[in-house]
Amino acid sequence: MREYDIVIIGGGPAGLAAAIAARDKGIDRILILERDRALGGILNQCIHNGFGLHTFKEELTGPEYAMRYIRQVQERRIEYLLETMVMDISPDKLVTAMNRTEGLFQIRGGAIVLAMGCRERSRGALNIPGYRPAGVFSAGTAQRLVNMEGFMPGREVVILGSGDIGLIMARRMTLEGARVKVVAELMPYSGGLKRNIVQCLNDYDIPLKLSHTVVEVKGKKRVEGVVLARVDEGLKPIPGTEEEYSCDTLLLSVGLIPENELSSSMGVEMNPVTSGPKVNESLETNLEGVFACGNVLHVHDLVDFVSQEAEAAGRNAAKYVLEAAEGEKGRSGSAGRDRSREILLCPEGGVRYTVPVTIDPHRMEEEQIVRFRVGAEYRNCFVGVYFDDERVQHRRRPVMAPGEMEEIKLEKAKLLLHQDLKKITIKIEEA
Amino acid sequence: MEKRELICISCPMGCPLSVELEDGVVTRVTGNTCKRGEVYGTKEVTNPTRIVTSTVEVEGGTVSRVSVKTREDIPKDKMCIWANVRSYRSRLLLACFSMASLIFFMYLV
Repeated sequence: MREYDIVIIGGGPAGLAAAIAARDKGIDRILILERDRALGGILNQCIHNGFGLHTFKEELTGPEYAMRYIRQVQERRIEYLLETMVMDISPDKLVTAMNRTEGLFQIRGGAIVLAMGCRERSRGALNIPGYRPAGVFSAGTAQRLVNMEGFMPGREVVILGSGDIGLIMARRMTLEGARVKVVAELMPYSGGLKRNIVQCLNDYDIPLKLSHTVVEVKGKKRVEGVVLARVDEGLKPIPGTEEEYSCDTLLLSVGLIPENELSSSMGVEMNPVTSGPKVNESLETNLEGVFACGNVLHVHDLVDFVSQEAEAAGRNAAKYVLEAAEGEKGRSGSAGRDRSREILLCPEGGVRYTVPVTIDPHRMEEEQIVRFRVGAEYRNCFVGVYFDDERVQHRRRPVMAPGEMEEIKLEKAKLLLHQDLKKITIKIEEA
Repeated sequence: MEKRELICISCPMGCPLSVELEDGVVTRVTGNTCKRGEVYGTKEVTNPTRIVTSTVEVEGGTVSRVSVKTREDIPKDKMCIWANVRSYRSRLLLACFSMASLIFFMYLV
């Protein structure tokens, strides 16, 4: 049975950054398991630029950003297997995987880093009525087909969903000669970056219809058109507002869902708000030695923050392995982990969730980043952080939106000063 | 005096800019939170440009397409022309291309 100190599930930006960080902390035997034919994850199909502004102070394309990390993995001679699918992970970290050369095999991991990324919500999940004609794709599938496989999904396109993927594909399809007639968005605001509205829609005169949705797909064998309707405050289609658009392709950009089948089946406790695992300050799940980072933990907007988060997971997985090797078992049986010391992070008043959900100040790094998302658009509001009932931070934010992940920082020294701290609340305040 | 409102696209922040012009010459840019915003605001109302990213077909390699981008930003009205031209210009004969080399860039312009 092969054994590795750290087994990383996924060779995209999260898996790569975690591997590099763990190696730099002195861990020798690391293995990345990647199901696609190359490392890089979703970045390989994201040929547009805008990646890496925070990390490298440059605007890179997805493949360029991925290569910066792939190079580092190769320079450090970190092992990886491609076209290898992980089928199962047991709670005691036995990984079952398969590929064409070895068939089915198992690997024992000292620690596991979950970095599987996310998948797209599909038409079935939206219950759009109609026949099932060819020509309905998720935006990401269309992106893969166009950018990597070299196929055009269609020529006359309607896009549902104005998240970044939908906006990026509106531009991409147009540049490849398709006609994108309209982008429909259910909410009264777009989920994507404002820059993408400008450079993907405005630049090409593609109309954006907010508060609209697709109520019918027409066509039997191939899409012939879609029917859009305006929706009310309850997001229900308003009868009488239907408009038909002829097209041969419908692209759906309607949500990303962290891919946590492996996590759930091994008993990892999930956060229903993020659809990702609940983690502590070390990005460790309820299962000792099992860490999570990147889109599998919560869907990110900027890959730079994925890399940052994954580096922390990698460092902590390394720390876990080193502590286990030195036989340092904690007071409560788990290596160094003491649940009675955990402080609960409570998202309130506009804050939908936090990552992490608990913090043990004795185990955190000097500075802890807490990431969160808000549930609506907020202008000229403040982010309030409370240690029990005492407000310790009050930061003004001119604009906050659901589509833009936010963060606050907590200092270990300050937390240690508060004895018996039970609860940290993060909320949005008017003044 | 003319005033134009636009969103800066230099980085993911998307700061709302106000650009003032006098006889077609930019006199003031406000709303930016960094120098790049000022540069963008000035350029966008006088000579808008974009960096264009796309893919080209590969012959003889292990992948069918490679991603490309313009070496520098090009005039906005030339964007679609560039995207079309490059597909006729060259079929790259790239032997021994591995997937990792999707990062290989042809700077075409």
